[in-house]
Parts: sequence; C-alpha cells; structure tokens
Amino acid sequence: MLLITCPWCGPRAEIEFRCGGEAHIARPDPATASDADWERYLFLRENAKGVTLERWWHVHGCRRWFNAARDTTTEEFLAFYRMGEPPPATLRARLGR
Amino acid sequence: MSGAWRLPRGGRVDRARPLRFSFDGKAYTGLTGDTLAAALLANGVHLVARSFKYHRPRGILAAGCEEPNALVQLDRGGGREDPNLRATQVELFDGLVATSQNRWPSLSFDLAATADRLAPLLPAGFYYKTFMWPAGWWRRVYEPRIRAAAGLGRSPSRPDPDRYLHRHAHCDVLVVGAGPAGLMAAAAAVMSGARVILADEQAEPGGALLAEPGLRLDGMDGAAWLAAALGELTAQPNLTLLPRTTAFAWHDHTYLGLLERVTDHLAEPPPHLPRQRLWRVRARQVVLATGAIERPLVFPDNDRPGIMLASAARTYLNRYGVRVGARVAVFTNNDSAYATALDLAAAGVTIAAIVDCRADPGGELVQRARAVGLPVRPGAVVTGTQGRLRINQAFVAPLDGGGRSSPVVCDALLVSGGWNPTLHLHSQARGRLRFDEKLWAYVPAELVPGEQVAGACAGSFALADALREGAQAGVAAAAAAGYRAELPALPAVEAPSWSEPAPLWRVPLGRGRAWVDLQNDVTAKDLELALREGFRSIEHVKRYTTTGMGTDQGKTANVNALAIVAAGLGQGVEAVGHTTFRPPYTPVTFGAFAGASRELQLDPLRRTPSHAHAEALGAVFEDVGQWRRARYFPQPGEDMQAAVGRECRAARQGVGLFDASTLGKIDLQGADAAELLNRVYTNAWAKLTVGRCRYGLMLRDDGMVLDDGVTARLGPDRFHMTTTTGGAARVLAWLEEWLQCEWPQLRVFCTSVTEQWAAIGVCGPKARDVIRAAGTDIDLSREAFPHMSFRDGSVAGLPARVFRISFTGEIAFEINVPSGYGGALWEALWQAGQPFGITPYGTEAMHVLRAEKGYIIVGQETDGTVTPLDLGMDWMISKAKPDFIGKRGMARPDLARADRKQLVGLLTRDPTVVLEEGAQLVEDPAQSLPMRMIGHVTSAYHSANLGRSIALGLVQGGRERIGQTLWVPMPAQPAIAVEVTRPVFLDPENRRLNG
Amino acid sequence: MVNDAYRRGRSAAPSHGTMQRYSIFSLARNALTGHRNWQAAWRSPEPRPAYEVVIVGGGGHGLATAYYLAKEHGITNVAVLEKGWLGGGNTGRNTTVVRSNYLYDESAAIYEHSMKLWEGLAQELNYNVMFSQRGVLMLAHGSHDEQVLKRHIHADRLNGIDNEWLTPAQAKAFCPPLNIGKELRYPVTGAALQRRGGTARHDAVAWGYARGADARGVDIIQNCAVTGVRRDGDRVVGVETTRGYIAAGKVGVVAAGHTSVVMAMAGLRMPIESVPLQALVSEPVKPVFPCVAMSNAIHAYISQSDKGELVIGAGTDQYVSYGQRGSFHIAEHTLEAIVELFPIFSRLRMLRQWAGIVDCTPDRSPILARTPVRGLYVNCGWGTGGFKATPGSGHVFAHTIARDEPHPINAPFTLERFRTGRLIDEAAAAAVAH
Repeated sequence: MLLITCPWCGPRAEIEFRCGGEAHIARPDPATASDADWERYLFLRENAKGVTLERWWHVHGCRRWFNAARDTTTEEFLAFYRMGEPPPATLRARLGR
Repeated sequence: MSGAWRLPRGGRVDRARPLRFSFDGKAYTGLTGDTLAAALLANGVHLVARSFKYHRPRGILAAGCEEPNALVQLDRGGGREDPNLRATQVELFDGLVATSQNRWPSLSFDLAATADRLAPLLPAGFYYKTFMWPAGWWRRVYEPRIRAAAGLGRSPSRPDPDRYLHRHAHCDVLVVGAGPAGLMAAAAAVMSGARVILADEQAEPGGALLAEPGLRLDGMDGAAWLAAALGELTAQPNLTLLPRTTAFAWHDHTYLGLLERVTDHLAEPPPHLPRQRLWRVRARQVVLATGAIERPLVFPDNDRPGIMLASAARTYLNRYGVRVGARVAVFTNNDSAYATALDLAAAGVTIAAIVDCRADPGGELVQRARAVGLPVRPGAVVTGTQGRLRINQAFVAPLDGGGRSSPVVCDALLVSGGWNPTLHLHSQARGRLRFDEKLWAYVPAELVPGEQVAGACAGSFALADALREGAQAGVAAAAAAGYRAELPALPAVEAPSWSEPAPLWRVPLGRGRAWVDLQNDVTAKDLELALREGFRSIEHVKRYTTTGMGTDQGKTANVNALAIVAAGLGQGVEAVGHTTFRPPYTPVTFGAFAGASRELQLDPLRRTPSHAHAEALGAVFEDVGQWRRARYFPQPGEDMQAAVGRECRAARQGVGLFDASTLGKIDLQGADAAELLNRVYTNAWAKLTVGRCRYGLMLRDDGMVLDDGVTARLGPDRFHMTTTTGGAARVLAWLEEWLQCEWPQLRVFCTSVTEQWAAIGVCGPKARDVIRAAGTDIDLSREAFPHMSFRDGSVAGLPARVFRISFTGEIAFEINVPSGYGGALWEALWQAGQPFGITPYGTEAMHVLRAEKGYIIVGQETDGTVTPLDLGMDWMISKAKPDFIGKRGMARPDLARADRKQLVGLLTRDPTVVLEEGAQLVEDPAQSLPMRMIGHVTSAYHSANLGRSIALGLVQGGRERIGQTLWVPMPAQPAIAVEVTRPVFLDPENRRLNG
Repeated sequence: MVNDAYRRGRSAAPSHGTMQRYSIFSLARNALTGHRNWQAAWRSPEPRPAYEVVIVGGGGHGLATAYYLAKEHGITNVAVLEKGWLGGGNTGRNTTVVRSNYLYDESAAIYEHSMKLWEGLAQELNYNVMFSQRGVLMLAHGSHDEQVLKRHIHADRLNGIDNEWLTPAQAKAFCPPLNIGKELRYPVTGAALQRRGGTARHDAVAWGYARGADARGVDIIQNCAVTGVRRDGDRVVGVETTRGYIAAGKVGVVAAGHTSVVMAMAGLRMPIESVPLQALVSEPVKPVFPCVAMSNAIHAYISQSDKGELVIGAGTDQYVSYGQRGSFHIAEHTLEAIVELFPIFSRLRMLRQWAGIVDCTPDRSPILARTPVRGLYVNCGWGTGGFKATPGSGHVFAHTIARDEPHPINAPFTLERFRTGRLIDEAAAAAVAH
C-alpha cells in the first residue's frame, strides 16, 4: 500500500489512486504518424528498472491526474508534479535527462 | 492440583482458578495464565506431536511463536476448528479440547512412523528421483499416498461462526514488542506527545521481564518495575496498547499489518466481539523491539521429546511455575543457559550436567553456577541421546574428540546455541543484514527510512543496553515524526553480564541424524546432500531440502542451516547470504484478511430506484456488474423462455415497461463540450441541434470499440451522454484522462449523473397512450417529438426529461426523472398502462428485441478486438474529421484486412434450434480436429416475434458470405446448419421506429 | 515434427550421455553408501569466451530452450547465463497451474503443445516434475461469464483440447469445498473444466531441464548478470557480463520481468510492462482441495500442493515494479474472494506471501520471435501465465533460434504484431464482466 502524495490533496493511500503508466508519452500527429510511430505511442514502454516517470490518477479523491517519479526497485517516490509540468529540475539533474 | 510438575508457588499463573482441558481425549487440569504447552508440561506431557516427513515423536522445543514441533488441532465446538496451532501460544481456557496431528492411530503408536525406518531411502529430494514409472501412476497411485502422508492438521469442515474485523490506524510511532526496549521506546515517544501504538504478541506485555527473576531495576524486581512502568504508560491518552497483537508484515512506506487475537483465549467468545482484528497501520516511524529467538544446537538425535530450548525451560519455570524435568542436563555454547540452570537448581531440580562447548567459559553466570556446585563440563558436547518417546540419557564427550563419550541420565536436555535477533520485519522493510562474528548472528546492517531498532533485535542482549537503546529509539522516532522528545531517566540496572559465545553450528562427533529443521525433518546430512548435488545457492538448498519452509518459517532452523551450508561450501556465513524473509512473521488467518468482506459486503450491490416494484411483480434478477437488474418477470407457470416471449411480443404489439436506470449518464458542460464529443466519438457532433440526440461509438486509440450510447444536446454548451451499464465508470475515466492529460485547453466539465436520474422506458405501439394516460404536458406526436430528440416537461406530475430513443426498434420513450421519483414514475406508468395491457420486461427481453434489430451490445458483440468496420458501422465514421480517438489506430494494416471477423446474422436451418452463445462456426463440419474455425456466435435467442431462432455472430469475411451455409459443430449431436444473413431481422426500413 | 517431439518425450530411457539415472533402484543403491555418491545435478562451469548460442535467463523457459537446442537441434555449444540462481525468478514464484484451454487458435496451439510435452516430461527428463492432472475448474458468476467460458469450451473442443461445461452442482461435486450457495455476492452459475489441466512442481521443472541440458553439454552459469549486449551493425555478437565478455553467434533473451532491461542494452524498446504478481500459501493441511479452481470475475485461483499447502494466486499490482513485493491490499482482496468461495478456509492461515515480476504485453500474449537485430531472439511477455508454457515455449524457441525462423506454432507471436495490429488478445478473451 504505497503512500502517494497527490499535489492537490496531500498524502493518501494507494487504493485511492489508479496508476496510468509511463508519463510524458506524446501522442503523435495522426496525419503524419507512421505505423511504427503509432506502435511506439500505444505500446512501447521504457519499463525502467530504477527511476520512472509515471502518471497517477486520484480517482477516489480529487480525480486529478498528476505525475510522479518513483524508483521501481524500492517504490520510493522522488517527486510529485502536476500534469503538464516537466519533471522538477533537481530530478532531471539526477536522472541526467 | 494442576499437574505433578507444577511448583507449589511462583509464576504468573492464577492458582485459584484451575482450568480443565483435554489432549487427545485425556482430561487434565491447568491454571489460568497457562499456555497449552505449559499446562501439558505441568502434567508431565512432553510427547505432543509427530514430525512432518518421518512421523518422529516430538516434544515442545520452545515457549513462543518459534515452536516448530508442538502443533495441535483445536476444536471448540460449533464449527470453531483450528489446525496447526502452536501449543506454546495457545492460551488455556476452561474446556479446551486439543488433539495431536499427523499420526494414526495414536500419538505414541503411529503407523506412519515406518517412514522413519525407510529414511535411508528418503533423503532430501527423493521424490524428484522416483515415482516416475509407470508414467500414469504418479497421479493415480503415488501422489495420493504422498498427499495423505503430508499435510499436518485437518482443514475445518464446517462454517465459521466467527467474525473478523479490520481497523485502519495512523500513528506517529508504532513500537513492535513490549519488552524492556519496547517499553522504554514507547515511554520516550509518548512523553513527547506523539501518538503511539505499542503492540506485543503475548497476552501480557513485558517480554523477558516476565521470565527472568534475577533482574533488578531501580531496586525493584522485573515484575514490580514492569507493573509500575505499564501503569504509567497506559495512563497516557496518546498510547494505544495492543496485547495479543502480532505485527506480521511491513509493507512499503511504513505500512504494517497487525493481527490482534481478540477472543481466541476466551472459553465463551462474547458474540459482540470479532474473533480477530486485522490492523493496518500507517506509521510515521516504527521502533522494532522484537527481541531475539534462541537457537537450538545441531547434534545427533537432537529431536527427542524432552529436548528443549534453555530459555523456554526458564520461561516455563518462572512464568508458569512448571519444572520441565526432575533431572535436567544443559548443553550450551553461551552463558544464557546458565541462568536457566541456576533457576532450575534453585527450584529444586537436579542439574545433571552443564555441557559447554567452550573450553574455558568464565562469565559471571558460569562462576555462579560453579559456586553453587552445578556440574559444569567445559569443552564438551552432546554427541547423542536416547529415549523413544522422551529423552532418558544424553552422551557427552570432549569436543576435541580426545575422549570417550559418557552417558548422562536425564529427563530433559536444555539446549542453547546462541540468539538470533528477530529481524523479520526489518528484512521485509528491505533492510539489509550483517553477520556479526562476535554474536554469531545476523544483526541489522542499516536502518531503513522510518525505522528504529532497539535491544535484542539490534543485537544488544544486556538489559541495560536494551533499556537505553529503547529510550533512544523512542526519542529518535518521536523527533523524526515531528515531536520534541527528551531522553527519559533510565532505571539503574543490576543484571548478570554475558561472556562471549562460541560458534557451534554442528557437533562434529557422534552418529545418528542431526536435525536442523525439526518440523520438516531436515538433517545436516540432507543439507550436505543438496550441496553435493549442485544445489549451492542457499535458496536452492532451502527449496531442495525444504529447510525453513515449515509453519515456523525456520525461526529456529535457518541460521543453523546457513552456517552448515557455509561450512560445506568452505565459505563464511555472510558469503552464503540468507533466504528472503517473507511476510507474515507468523501465520495469519485468511478470515482476518477477508474481514467483513463477504457475501453482500464483498462488493457494493446497486439497485435501481424502482427495484422494489420489480420485486413486487415477481421479477427474477441477475447481476450485471455491481447492478442487480430484473432479468424477466415470469407469471405463474412460466419458464424463462415463455416469459421472455410474452414480454417481447408485448413490446412490439402493445406496450412494454423497462427500467433503464442503470445506463451510465454523464453531464458534459463547457464551451468545448461539442469539440470533446467530436474527438471521442467516431461521428460528427458540431451540428447536432439543441433538443436532439445522436448515437455515438467510442473507440480506444488502437481503433477498437470501447463503448457506445446516445448523447443529447441540452444546450449550446451542455450535453447529456449515456453509456453502457458496465461502461459508465470507464467512459467517465476515459473522458477525464483525455481532458486532463492530452487536451487541457478544452473547457469541459464531466460529471457522473448515473445515480441522479431514474430512467423508465415505455416501448411499443401504445407507448404514447400510456404516457398520455399517466398525464404529461409534452406533445408526444410524431411531428412534435420525432425519433432521436428529447423534451423537458412533466410526466405523471413529476418533473421529467423524456428522450425519444429506442433500443428495440419500436416507438419508445425513455422517461428520466430525479432518482427519488423513480419508484413513483414506475408505479404511475404501471397503473396508467393497465388498460393497455402494459407488460414489464427485463434485460433478457431487451437483449432479444435489440438482436431482432441487429443492434449490438458492447461487450457481447464486441470483446476489445472489434472495430466499427467489423461491425458494419462504416456509416458511423466521419470522413470529414481530421482526427478522433481511434482513427489512426484503425488505419493500421491488420485492421483493414478483408478476412477480419465481421458482424452478420445467423439463421439456423431448423428454426426451432437456438444456437449456444460462444459456439464456433466452421465451413466443413466433417473435417478432423483441430478444425478451422471462422467465427463464433455472439448472441442467440428464440424470437417470439419472428417465430424462430435468431443469432448474431462474428465471421471471417462475413459480409461476403451472406447466403452461405456454415456449420456449428456441437458435442454429442450433429452439427447445426446456419445461413449467413444480414444482421437485421426485423423492420430493416425502421418504419416502426419512426411511427 | 511436433508429434515426433511428444513421442520422443514419452519414450523411456533417453540417451543421456553421462547423466546418472534416477529411479527407486538408484535411490536404494545410494542409500547403501549413505547417499555420498550422487553426482551434481549440473556442473558449475566457468564461462568460456565464446558460445554458439547464449541464452540470457536461467529460468524454466531459458533452461528448456537450452535443453531443446541440445536435444532437438544438436546445438550443445550453449551457455545459459543467470544473474542469480537458476529457477529463481517466476519459475520459483508461481502457483504452478498448467492448462491449455485458451481461446484463440494461436494460444491454444502453443499451450496445448506445452500440455502434450508436460504429459511426458518426467520421463523425458528422468526427473519427477510431479505433473498432476487434477483438473482446472474456471468458475462463472453470471451470464456474461458463461458466454465467455462457453466460447472457450467450443473453441477448445474444435481445437482438440478438452474443456467441458459443468453445472454448479457438478462443479461442487468435483470440488467439494466450493460454495455454490445463493448467498454469495456473485453466486457460481457454472464452470468450465479442463480435466487434463493441473499442477506441477515448479522448482523441479527448472532443475530437471537444467540437469538435462547440462548432461548434453550446455554450460549453466549462475551469478552471471548480463550488463551489455554487443552489436556489430545490425547483428549481435556477444554479451558483456559481470564475469567478462562472452561472444555469441546467437543470443536468446528469456529474461521475463527483466526483458525490457536486457533488450534496452541492445537498443530496443519493448511492448512490455513489468508488474508484481502476488501469490501466497497456507499452512499445510491434510488433502482437502482436489483440483485447481479459478475465478476471473472475483479474482482468485487456488490449488493444494503435494505438501498440503493451499497455493493461492492473487492479482497483479497496478504499477511497474522490480521489487518482488507488491501491495498489501492485493493479497487481501484475493483472500476475500477465497473465503467467499470456500468459506471453510476462513480458519486456515497465510504462511508465506511473495511476488514475482511478470512481463505483460498489451494483448497478454507472449512474444517468441526474431528481433530487428540479427541473431538476437526474444521470448517474453508471458505475463501471469508463463509457467504452464515452459516446455512448449522452450521447444519452439529453440527451433526459432536454431533455424533462424519461427516454428509454425510460434509464428504468430511476433514483435511486429504491435505495429500491424494483429494482436492475439487473450486479455479481451478473458473479458471482465460487463
């Protein structure tokens, strides 16, 4: 039962949330996207072992989507940030991206 | 008298309150405060169990949760059956009935013990090497016998009369273990104002203080100090003390599971109490003060009844007033067992020998033992024992092998191989371990976030250290949780010090099997065999030999096994590593996990506002997701087919009444609501005028059908969307996800209004008559109120929004009223409809009626692999829109293949035959297996209106096959011939609909 | 080809070079010498500088692949690289269910191929994998479940796979602890039964294949983690490991939950998410549960091991994780379902709980295929159901590697299907209730 800090509501138990998988996957322009582009968008995932950026939805709460950075080997959350925002600079520095 | 082995005084038992109990049918008496094990020992009963594999006679090894042997079955009557309980933890109550397990016909004479004579044939992993011939015999012959021999207790067979409940708790500091360290930690944290939960698995807090009489704290003995400390602690409102509560699991982010045994110790459980309570605690900080568990020693024939951990014997003596023998030998590699010997001697027990493997033990306790004349035999080991059902002698020899072994007559042998800090929770929390070569035990290598450790579980066995570390841990935890805490005054302690232990993992002398895991009958030789056969990882050794896999999870066996494996590999203990500690620390009842979530509490049950009316009309209900919907309304003597046939005819010839309240309803508001619909539906929405409705098909972005439904435009910026019953939550989630994550610039609010509206459908040629009779201010005429539009007004005096939409192909009105009026609306329509023969119909008739028209049901005609093109719904796809969800996905090569499965109608050659939903279609029913299947039946019914069966199906290249005959092979009957048709069976011109 | 494999599998006395044969007689003989003369089941060789084929991952699938490479294709210059201990991943963490009653032809073919190999596996390997065809019962709770299960039954029958419909009373007779009462929140309305389905001893499968592969010359190298995949242009040439560089003509990645990690070393992004799948066992009791029972709708599956433990499969966690733990509420939810369906078990106790990291594809079907990198092959995506496929998966993957082309059975399980859309959507087939 993870403890997840919704940027709008604060820390809440995992059962209030739904995980939306990898974050920052841009939907390609359908007019120009190749089948391979569409495959990448729909299906291909980094599936990182280590720090991953992912989306969570506070479904049994404020119903807002937000982003989180989590280490998939320890479940430690490194950051929570709102939808549409880039990952915090400190985190990007740490990840080297 | 509560047993011949009970001392006349002493212990924490209540001699004024004797308790009757029975074991294997024999009646005994114990005392209030006893465990079953203590009471049995008080009565001189040592033989209590048979081992798992060889059915060897076994006694009581321990006094706590680490007990590997003494497992019993309890039957409290009334269905209160409980297998595999550790007698060392079962609190005695009056009338307790316990039996031994895994033996036949009796504990002292067990026929299955022949396995022990065959032991040379049955080394570790023997079953992987045999029982392979003849091939069929494994399942039929060998396996049933192995299974019958395996297992321990018997599963309960009657319903459980008890309840189990859950508690969710938050606290600043959770202290696990109420021994000296835990008590100090709790005291320090509580004084800071932090909210503290102090949990201890025993009936009484106190830990080691309960069984060690030689301690002085601030001049008091342990018991007196404990009483004072507890009194002070429990007076604090911010402390929750949970006795009989085991912290069994540490999950991520300091979330712990605790099991509180509420009534297991009571003779008559009060009905208002749950049997057990599962606590789920989110703690800011956790202090582990879980103590340590004594290790037994590994030497030949070390498993006989009467061989016991030295600390356990001390507990039985001091806490329960029970002597475990009259002439007792002690075998140790450390000082702690001397304390037991001294206490026993003081109680009048003869100490036959203290066998110490250390050449020159010189600690304080050793000196005391020598001073009172106890026969210490340094540099010696036990090399074997005798006694079939109870030890009667031990053989002692010099460890250096330089002398012959001599017998020591004894009726109990107390062993101590040192102490293992109890690190299960630390390890579950991903804490690493370090092997300490002074203590010869694993200790925490580091703390994990939110963790403090104190006392014996940190490797600090001295009382003064435990108290100090406890206080420090409590202060640190409170501070980390945001409180200002100060170190409390520490009691002045007088306690004997311990000198250094010596590692003794396995006695190198003697013959006979040396047992490592007593429950699973794993010997040192088994471990060596595993190594010899290439199982060199400790995980392999564990799995191959099953060491540490019993119900005790190897609490007394694992470290000995690791060390023996390390020796076999020529490595250090730490290099071998250790197996993973898995939750739970001790086994946890399934019922406690399930809690109240059974039957109606398992999942919410949703009923529509007119549920009671349907019930009154005799409806048969079905579960549709969480909803309970009326399936059909049988009249006396009708079966389902007759009822459904009548309902279907009424809906087309007269008038039917249908509860559509379960459909998902979403209110969409905002300047961009129409644009949102344009993006999530395949068709165009911008030009839909206010007051009109449109059918929409929603796809996933891979092009597969997700949901469908009718959406009405309530105003320029407001829409009322409907979804399938099962899709309501999914569709709302879908809209919100796209709006928030992909299109934040769109100004739309989505609100679920499923529960706000009751929807009753009136369907059929007389629908208008019924609604008019019920009273309405809405003009229902064809001209004023065309198909696919809605009107606000009143019906039967109720504020209503009426949609003219149809899922049956008939004139139909779906009357929506605020859900509180749903029952009244149903009743009004029912009454008004009587002159017109109004007929309620259920989901089954609804399915038939829509299938007659070829309308799909998402989830029945579709299964997540079906595109709109597959359904023949090309007309639903806007060619003008540059994008909608699913458009690009649908353009992928495989989704345009001509041989994809397409929706068609299927008419059986014999009109009386109704196909089975899910049946497969083939071209040639005479082909051999495996057959080439080209499609399947998605829906099939008897249609009373058409006087024959109908079906829908998905068939490869189906639209090209119209007119072809295909076959449905069925088991044990000839294949059924079907003709492929268009999927619309009735009124393809929609004359009825628009009438 | 396939049928030949089964026949060979059933035939006695495989021609194992130097492998010490196991039987009651060898047990008796070794008893006389105190079991001091047993050979190691496999060697612990040092890695050689180069191999014809390197298999990354020493779980059941990887070991089976190596075994069949040696046995069926004569390729014995093979190394299996395992970062931990062999069989230590999902092979040793699953709930041991074996069945082949899948919906789609492609799935049915590969799982039935496996089933047929299971039926002769103990004899094939001369290792008792304790394959017990106790029957797998899949419960329906309502008409939607019935439609889904009956669709499976019809498709399976025509594919030559046994699967039959039982009424609730028949299901109860087959599985006496089952509660078919109407008081259940979702009463049992029927069941599909595959009698040939059952369970096997998971560890033994890995050990049996390891022993067989080793006897045929395969080097099984434990504690050897792959840290890089070396390419020469579009061709794989070897792997970097914690024990040095190992050149390889071909590399087969069979790394389950770690597939994405290994494939990323070769520059490939996979349609995989790795999530914890939880399982637990009870304390052992005398025989009480005669079969395997599973319910998709209320999510639980259960059987009883030879040792007497109830083995219970729980659900997957919702997030990617490599932690082999998972969240508390998943097991709790499963035990709710168990107690609901089998109320007498409310008094039994959970003894151990754990998680494996399962590699899930979007369509819940595996990938057994060549990759865009020549000489690099991948076998992954088995999700929650890989154990049952172990023999068949290894068999056809060995074929794929040896011939550089898929066996007809695994030809549909490509990587390309995620681009073209030709999915084998068993997730949809299992269908949550509408």
